[in-house]
Amino acid sequence: MIGEVLVECAHMSCAYNSTLAIKNVDFTIRKGDFVGIVGPSGSGKTTLLKAILGAITPIEGHVTKKPQLRMGYVPQVESVDWNFPVTVLEVVVMTRSAMGRLPRVTKDERAGASLVLERLGLGGLENRHIRELSGGQQQRVFVARALFHRPELLVLDEPTSGVDVRTRHEVLHLLADLHDEGVSIILSTHDLNGLAAHLPRLVCLNSEIIADGSPVEVLTPEVLEKTFGAPMEVLIHGGMPVVVDGVGADIAERMSRLG
Amino acid sequence: MSFVLSGIFTPFHYQFFNNGIIVATIAGALCGLLGVFVVLRGMSYIGHGLSHAVFGGAAASAVMNINYFVGAGVWGVASGVIIGRIARRRLIGADAAIGVVTTASFALGLALLNRYGQAKKSIEAVLFGSVLGVNTIDIVAVSAVAVLSIVLIVSLYRAFLFATFDPEVAQVSGVRVAWIEALLMGLLSLTILVTMRVIGTLLISALLVIPASVARMLTNSFARMLWISPVIGAVSSFTGMYLAYFLDTSASATIILTGTLMFIVVYTVTGLRGRTRISGLHHI
Repeated sequence: MIGEVLVECAHMSCAYNSTLAIKNVDFTIRKGDFVGIVGPSGSGKTTLLKAILGAITPIEGHVTKKPQLRMGYVPQVESVDWNFPVTVLEVVVMTRSAMGRLPRVTKDERAGASLVLERLGLGGLENRHIRELSGGQQQRVFVARALFHRPELLVLDEPTSGVDVRTRHEVLHLLADLHDEGVSIILSTHDLNGLAAHLPRLVCLNSEIIADGSPVEVLTPEVLEKTFGAPMEVLIHGGMPVVVDGVGADIAERMSRLG
Repeated sequence: MSFVLSGIFTPFHYQFFNNGIIVATIAGALCGLLGVFVVLRGMSYIGHGLSHAVFGGAAASAVMNINYFVGAGVWGVASGVIIGRIARRRLIGADAAIGVVTTASFALGLALLNRYGQAKKSIEAVLFGSVLGVNTIDIVAVSAVAVLSIVLIVSLYRAFLFATFDPEVAQVSGVRVAWIEALLMGLLSLTILVTMRVIGTLLISALLVIPASVARMLTNSFARMLWISPVIGAVSSFTGMYLAYFLDTSASATIILTGTLMFIVVYTVTGLRGRTRISGLHHI
């Protein structure tokens, strides 16, 4: 069954100071979607997410959202100063800025935050300073903040950027669980094998949409070369595509000759 | 014994000293409060630049015979908002832009005082502050800005916290980040305006940075920083002002030196923990 439309981008172009970041993007997110946006640095992935969030206004086309759509945004972990003097609890309830004006965290907020933190395996860490957490825990605190006001659509920017393999697995499992619970998800990633290949739907972006479909349909040498501008090979392992850097194989051959 | 005690209270027999110490103490607390945002947002250079920009307004209002608070106030708030926009939009290198805007304003002030004012006296008073000219209006002005700042920061606490910690997500979560930043720059400009007569242009930025840095070493909580920093600012200003009377030194310089001494003591006492906490502060 096709889910209700949550966000629809129609002929959308966005620019920063007259430099075009994305052009003529037609893209729809439906209830129940779990979409990954892949593309090289500067391909417009974050711009697309920000346009969906309403943080930037398209210069052409438009973004239509379901009325009263609740969205949660998880930025890159590197985007904030983790030395900032706040506790885990304070970060989680921050999204209630408009409602909770005064410094005091209410009983209801504390109970709600504790539930979300418990759910994400961060129970008991409410009063810890954010710097004391591991990389994976920091990422989950951001997810907890986004989940605190029960979003219908979760938007994540590079959720596995700069994290180790174990944390990447944790994040992937967490997102899969949230998706199973009915949260629609869109994320951007560089990580083709570790994250993108596991998602049900992928969009390849390089200023414009190159391909949109399942990983098997999208992760092909032709699409990848058009998206990343570099040759790549694709192997099928256990029914899943595995992307191999074409230049890497060439370098390996030259290195073996040196040896 | 009674001779010593009467000596301790001697400065309080002078009205100019009482006015000066009241303004300095409230100014110290106010700078401590806003300094929390200055250090956590990496705005120390903006605070420094803003005080130079306000100097231009002060000089212009003196030359044109306009009320100091009106002339320097309009000039300072306008400069603050412009600096805030430049820093946020990153149209050109923010540091360079702020440097150009504020030092140009400072230079204009100097030129105006050279050409039309009683240059030496006015310049020294504005650069280094003076307790002699402090009157009831200054007490009312600094108190009003302090009350306004407390009311706004307490009532919009979460928005201020969110916009300082993570402006990008705050924006998409419905916080009007640009508005909060403009408000902060406006309060900062007003603070500099009402404290400049006592502290002076050159040393205000130190009063914005030192108490907040000391508070950061003492706590890992934003909410606690918001009261520890004003207390440190007030204590160092009161003590500095009082010591200046006996040491016969400049009040503003003694205030800053007292604050610096507190910084050194706390830096030493808190050891690695304190150093780790302030290591993340930008542009200190």
